[in-house]
Amino acid sequence: MHIMEGFLPVKHAIGWSVAAAPFVGYGLYTINKRVKQNPEQRMLLGVAAAFTFVLSALKIPSVTGSCSHPTGTGLGAVLFGPSAMAPIGAIVLLFQALLLAHGGITTLGANVFSMAILGPWVAWLVFRLSRSARLPFGPSVFLAASLADMATYITTAFQLAIAFPDPMGGILASFAKFAGVFALTQIPLAICEGILSVIVMNALMKLNQDEMTNLESFKAQEIKA
Amino acid sequence: MKRYQNLILILLVIAIGVFPLWYINKSAPAADGKQVEIFKGSDDQAKDAISTIAPEYKPWFKSIMEPSSAEVASLLFALQAGIGAGFLGYWLGSSTTRARMRKEQEKAKA
Repeated sequence: MHIMEGFLPVKHAIGWSVAAAPFVGYGLYTINKRVKQNPEQRMLLGVAAAFTFVLSALKIPSVTGSCSHPTGTGLGAVLFGPSAMAPIGAIVLLFQALLLAHGGITTLGANVFSMAILGPWVAWLVFRLSRSARLPFGPSVFLAASLADMATYITTAFQLAIAFPDPMGGILASFAKFAGVFALTQIPLAICEGILSVIVMNALMKLNQDEMTNLESFKAQEIKA
Repeated sequence: MKRYQNLILILLVIAIGVFPLWYINKSAPAADGKQVEIFKGSDDQAKDAISTIAPEYKPWFKSIMEPSSAEVASLLFALQAGIGAGFLGYWLGSSTTRARMRKEQEKAKA
């Protein structure tokens, strides 16, 4: 999902950065507030951030014969709501852009938007919907994390499609092409991300019950479930 | 079943990751003798797709720092994963110890 440095036209690069900035700012504000009100949740925040660090560094081979990596942002979004993940994802992407030449400064806004904003929002929505549909806890976490992973890559395909419409078929043909690169490859990885999120969530439920009961996104009934 | 749930899930993740290595075979080099690349990053493939859709597009900005070789890049990726895994290990260790001590305390009280 990393759009490489310089590979978005100037207007698009600026546009996505402007779109992403308020989310990152608001996310920082909510994290600050949360840490002040519930200092014991720092550990949980750390787990969410560390999970993103690990997962976005793992390039895993896929059945399509190419490699890709999960995003790791779904777990934190389920725990803290989608806003908190914007700055956390942005830190990871900045690290990779500056030191690894993976992604870039000019494409940071677009990459933050797909991995750290849209993905987490999808995770949070899917989790809420699954729970209101009375799906059990584990499968809801799985669905949230894996669909967030897929959504991130589909967003990247969309971003590239509107920046580079096909001269013949326009945006749609171009989207099909980029989605062809990303989507199929990503399916097994999204499943991996879903499973890993469930494993970590199980451990959190077992070991950090007290901190978890204070999470507003998880009211009491979820903890018991 | 519940006891082995995490183990089964972890094995499943490993199986999903390893299966392609066995399933995908390197096809013979093309007629011009160029090796066919497999397991290329999807991000790079997207970059290639850009150059076929818009061959005249020139990236207008270059990375400030580029890892000087694939080895250096893998070092930095390992570092990123290591930082994350280190923290996860710290959390898991301290939380299991805390849970165990709590249980022992309750036992002592009873």
